[in-house]
Amino acid sequence: MISQKVAQQSLRRLAVQPPYAMRWSLMNSASPAAVAMGRFMQTRQTSTSKTSDPTKLLAQQRLNRPVSPHLSIYRPQITWIGSSFHRITGFALSGALYLYATAYLVSPLLGLHLESASIAAAFATLPIAAKVILKSTMALPFTFHCMNGVRHLVWDLGKGITNQQVIKSGWAVVGLSVLSALALAFL
Amino acid sequence: MAALRSTSRLVASSKPLFRPAIFARGYATVDSVAQDPNPSQTPRMKTFQVYRWNPDQPTEKPKMQSYALDLNKTGPMMLDALIRIKNEMDPTLTFRRSCREGICGSCAMNIDGVNTLACLCRIPTDTAKDSRIYPLPHTYVVKDLVPDLTQFYKQYKSIKPYLQRDTKTEDGLEYRQSPEDRKKLDGLYECILCACCSTSCPSYWWNSEEYLGPAILLQSYRWLADSRDEKTAERKHALDNSMSVYRCHTILNCSRTCPKGLNPARAIAEIKKMMAAH
Repeated sequence: MISQKVAQQSLRRLAVQPPYAMRWSLMNSASPAAVAMGRFMQTRQTSTSKTSDPTKLLAQQRLNRPVSPHLSIYRPQITWIGSSFHRITGFALSGALYLYATAYLVSPLLGLHLESASIAAAFATLPIAAKVILKSTMALPFTFHCMNGVRHLVWDLGKGITNQQVIKSGWAVVGLSVLSALALAFL
Repeated sequence: MAALRSTSRLVASSKPLFRPAIFARGYATVDSVAQDPNPSQTPRMKTFQVYRWNPDQPTEKPKMQSYALDLNKTGPMMLDALIRIKNEMDPTLTFRRSCREGICGSCAMNIDGVNTLACLCRIPTDTAKDSRIYPLPHTYVVKDLVPDLTQFYKQYKSIKPYLQRDTKTEDGLEYRQSPEDRKKLDGLYECILCACCSTSCPSYWWNSEEYLGPAILLQSYRWLADSRDEKTAERKHALDNSMSVYRCHTILNCSRTCPKGLNPARAIAEIKKMMAAH
């Protein structure tokens, strides 16, 4: 069966090739008998490439390649939007604390009045709307960052980390932090 | 020249004389005349906006190109739409695909803002809204939707993703594992390394040179959790620095986007727990 097939193939090859190539071809290709008796080993030339440093090539190619779009095209999801707000509120809160603490430290030198009593007195002169707005903008980053921080601590225990739990707890934190910020603002 | 081998398909196909036209096979496309299941239906034209960039014109900026397809004549998945665009509208559109059933991970791309496999992503039936298709975010683009994943694969190699053992079993046969230990690998071994999760991670966007990213860390945990592996201490030691693991800030885009429904974030949390006990 196999030898029959091989015979067919070599016949076809004879038919395809012009006579001057025939001898060369026969020399290189298998005779049907050799294949049938397992004495023929097919050889094939492999293509080789120069072994250059692939990291160098990568750096070269990168010079021409654009970086695909990322932040601007990724769908807004509670996961990464919430995380970025966690970061921003963290920066804002610690930044505000550092600013105020430094100002408090140098206020005697500069003649500023940043004592609690004078700040409370200054705040009392503001209209009610300004009070509520100012207090809620101070309170919201604090409440959000606190509650989301608890979420991060729970995740570090390896708990509450499935998709459904993350989405639910994320929106719960958003809702609770807004409510508690409003509650603080109307205190 | 003379030594033409009949085994070489490339050479054989370049000889049309011995390949009658009857055997010629065209592209598999949906024939609108013969196979339209609902010929009376009004066409449901949906526009697909696809990211295009051609390395042959490197100075030209990447652009979005629109293609409109009739959903009645297109398969249900995004990959069907892409293949149809390539076959019937624009053969220059370039993307990777292979298995069309979510096991090879080739067709990972950003579809409508979320990383997923095109073959597992249904085309949204809302024809009023355009679908936008980008390559995986923050990757170097080779062409159109094909990202350069060299760094990703290098990082995979760096975690030694294979069983490391010095001792043989008592009977010299295979390394056995209790059903409980085997169960720890569920949810880990299914990862196909499509890079959807890693390229959805903002932390990986900014630190891909040193941070391993969710996919590689999930693979890393797959070997840390394997009861048969004996190099757990070495594996942990390799991760014990500020960049490899700890650039994970539990943003959790990875678990959200995984087209295989795995949880890389949980694997990373487990690694962090193991490292803490280290």
